[in-house]
Amino acid sequence: MYEILSKQDVAPVSKLFVVSAPEIARKAKPGQFLIVRTDAEGERIPLTIADFDREAGTVTMVFQEVGKTTKQMGKMEAGDVLSDVVGPLGLPSEIEYYGTVLCVGGGVGIAPVYPIARALKAAGNYVISIIGARNVNLLFWEDKMRSVSDELIVCTDDGSYARKALVTEPMKELLGSVRRIDRIWAIGPAIMMKFCTLTSKPFNVPTIVSLNSVMVDGTGMCGACRVEVGGQTRFVCVHGPEFDGHQVNWDLLLSRQRMYLTEEKRATEEYDHECTCGTRAV
Amino acid sequence: MSENMARPTKTQVRQEMPTQDPQVRNTNYNEVALGYTDELALAEASRCIQCKKPRCVTGCPVEVRIPEFIKALREGDMWGAVDALKDKNNLPAVCGRVCPQETQCEELCVLARKGAPVAIGRLERYVADWERQQGIKIPERAISCGRSIAIIGAGPAGLTCAGDLAKMGYQVTILEALHSPGGVLIYGIPEFRLPKDVVRAEVEYVKSLGVEIKLNSVVGKLYTIEELLAEGYDGIFLGTGAGLPMFMDIPGENCNGVYSANEFLTRVNLMKAYRFPEFDTPVKVGKVVAVVGAGNVAMDASRCAKRLGAEEVHIIYRRSREEVPARAEEVHHAEEEGIIFDFLTNPVEIHGGEGNWVTGIRCMRMALGEPDASGRRRPVAIEGSEFDMDCQTVIMALGTRPNPLVFSDAPRLERTRYGTVVANEQTGRTKMECVWAGGDIVTGAATVISAMGAGKRAAADMHAYLCSDRSEPWWQEPAA
Ligand SMILES: Cc1cc2nc3c(=O)[nH]c(=O)nc-3n(C[C@H](O)[C@H](O)[C@H](O)COP(=O)(O)OP(=O)(O)OC[C@H]3O[C@@H](n4cnc5c(N)ncnc54)[C@H](O)[C@@H]3O)c2cc1C
Ligand code: FES
Repeated sequence: MYEILSKQDVAPVSKLFVVSAPEIARKAKPGQFLIVRTDAEGERIPLTIADFDREAGTVTMVFQEVGKTTKQMGKMEAGDVLSDVVGPLGLPSEIEYYGTVLCVGGGVGIAPVYPIARALKAAGNYVISIIGARNVNLLFWEDKMRSVSDELIVCTDDGSYARKALVTEPMKELLGSVRRIDRIWAIGPAIMMKFCTLTSKPFNVPTIVSLNSVMVDGTGMCGACRVEVGGQTRFVCVHGPEFDGHQVNWDLLLSRQRMYLTEEKRATEEYDHECTCGTRAV
Repeated sequence: MSENMARPTKTQVRQEMPTQDPQVRNTNYNEVALGYTDELALAEASRCIQCKKPRCVTGCPVEVRIPEFIKALREGDMWGAVDALKDKNNLPAVCGRVCPQETQCEELCVLARKGAPVAIGRLERYVADWERQQGIKIPERAISCGRSIAIIGAGPAGLTCAGDLAKMGYQVTILEALHSPGGVLIYGIPEFRLPKDVVRAEVEYVKSLGVEIKLNSVVGKLYTIEELLAEGYDGIFLGTGAGLPMFMDIPGENCNGVYSANEFLTRVNLMKAYRFPEFDTPVKVGKVVAVVGAGNVAMDASRCAKRLGAEEVHIIYRRSREEVPARAEEVHHAEEEGIIFDFLTNPVEIHGGEGNWVTGIRCMRMALGEPDASGRRRPVAIEGSEFDMDCQTVIMALGTRPNPLVFSDAPRLERTRYGTVVANEQTGRTKMECVWAGGDIVTGAATVISAMGAGKRAAADMHAYLCSDRSEPWWQEPAA
């Protein structure tokens, strides 16, 4: 059992948990992820590590309430327990001195970008960050991102806050300017990452993405998470989650992410129904 | 009892075990085989002629005292039967259900020559189930010997090794990656063949011996083997099995609707997808399902698919019926439940359609050629025999290899080119001092009982080594 020590609404539909998991905190590195299960009937869902504190023995996770499991998690409070937290899984980000790096976080992807940006900064890189979301309600951690970036650009798709733009627009401007960008991290929804890699491709700047495939175990034993990178089948949970974005078969990833759409919809609808009718205590 | 004395006419008739009706059971998850009644068990037990040199025992990888437990059973001494059985086997309720008896103890039974060996497996199950109904006896905890052992993986190998070491007074901690202990018994083998209550009871028994099980602990990630040794464990046993799924590497394999059997079975058994949406994990099954392979795993996957509502389930196997590696009983049950077997058939491509969903599978017909390294006749493709079959789900049950995750930062552990750990099969010693291994991680995918046997032998050697003055060299090349 893993106790939720604190909960925070980072944005109206995005929640943050700080969870007690001393052994995981001891080993966690930026770029890695956790598998979380709320209760005995729950599914195992992957969440990227948003932060960790080795001394306090905690890991931080941020999630957007999109389906049944995340909505259910959204109703949990400090003091409640998650039945399972597994990690740290996947390979850590390759943090070293590259020169100037660009860290792009979209929506809930801002959370995993933060520890990466912080580590890149600590490694001596000049860090330029771009964070964006569909609208202001989905945006969070502007301050935290500012504290680990030399420059920060904020945008929303609909212009409800800061600059009205998709993250790819400032990205393209920066890449087209005289400055040299040595490496890019782009993390967010698959479609955003796809367009980030299309944006950086003509400039030939290595672009690391963190793939969010469907997962079950997270340890390489099922293959649910398989993707194609450079024409080869790879398991996101053990070979990733970070890959060279220019090599990823995005259409395959996007179609595989939709595999359980009907079931997810059904579970979410039934859950919403139960919540409003109060037929099941949550 | 002498061989001459026991010659009842009943020895001819092997007692069948009642099963659920095939057409009913292929829609539910209740256990298929219902177990012997008291009468059937006694009748079957009386068939045993109590050989003086019982060959059946030599066929058992853990040498269960078969004639003794059967004798006690027919004399009405049920606890005596339990003790005789459990003396060598910590998990009899599991083994009675899943062991391939026909190639082990029962194959060597003298009555087998007449075609009807004593149904040892069914009797084993009967005794173990009887014990469970009484409430399992909690053994006395052994006096601590002050040494601690880390066991990696809570499958049959790890649980057996842990149980034996705990009985000898070791402080044993099992580190298990999943959220539930049992290994393949919990995530792979379906409820209708091995009820999870049976597995849980066996796990509880091991815990009652004082073994601590830490779940959600992925070795290689949360700790490395080197770290565990440095932390002060006196010895480590690796029993992480062979959990890495194989794919065929044919076009279309990443389409939606193509599963590894591991994923499919994990969703269904561990995550209980058959009870979606009560349980949150979904699984997709189309009208027509193609399962590739013909081992136990393929039988389980096909029978689960049928229960999940598939109208037609095909087992596609490139060799012929004679080479099918699954237990005879499973093949028989699958056929009864309406699973279709396509022998001498091999997939070459999977077709995908809208949304990248599987629409069909292209196969070739095969013929059997010369025997290969395994001694079985090698299947060769018949030119021009390609044909297409419509299906919406494909399940790859092609075998598994050890998952390399556990080896992170353990370069001293030598492995074979199949990814298995090099270990002495008698002692379980690996090339790394104080690290033992056994079960599927050493042999590749094998059987529950062979994994248990390896766990037992390793426990004995761990005790011998840790109590010795360690003057003997750690690694000795196993005798050829
Ligand atoms: C579907 C299916 C059906 C089968 N049917 C039969 C049958 O009818 N009869 C029969 O005899 N055999 C059968 N087998 C084979 C049998 O189940 C295996 O041979 C046996 O379970 C092997 O035992 P094990 O302890 O070596 O490994 P496993 O049972 O695989 O257990 C290994 C355990 O280690 C854990 N683990 C793995 N990596 C790590 C890590 N890095 N850190 C921590 N823990 C880890 C796993 O989660 C797992 O719990 C079947 C197998 C399958 C898959
Ligand atoms: S999630 Fe199962 S192999 Fe990656």
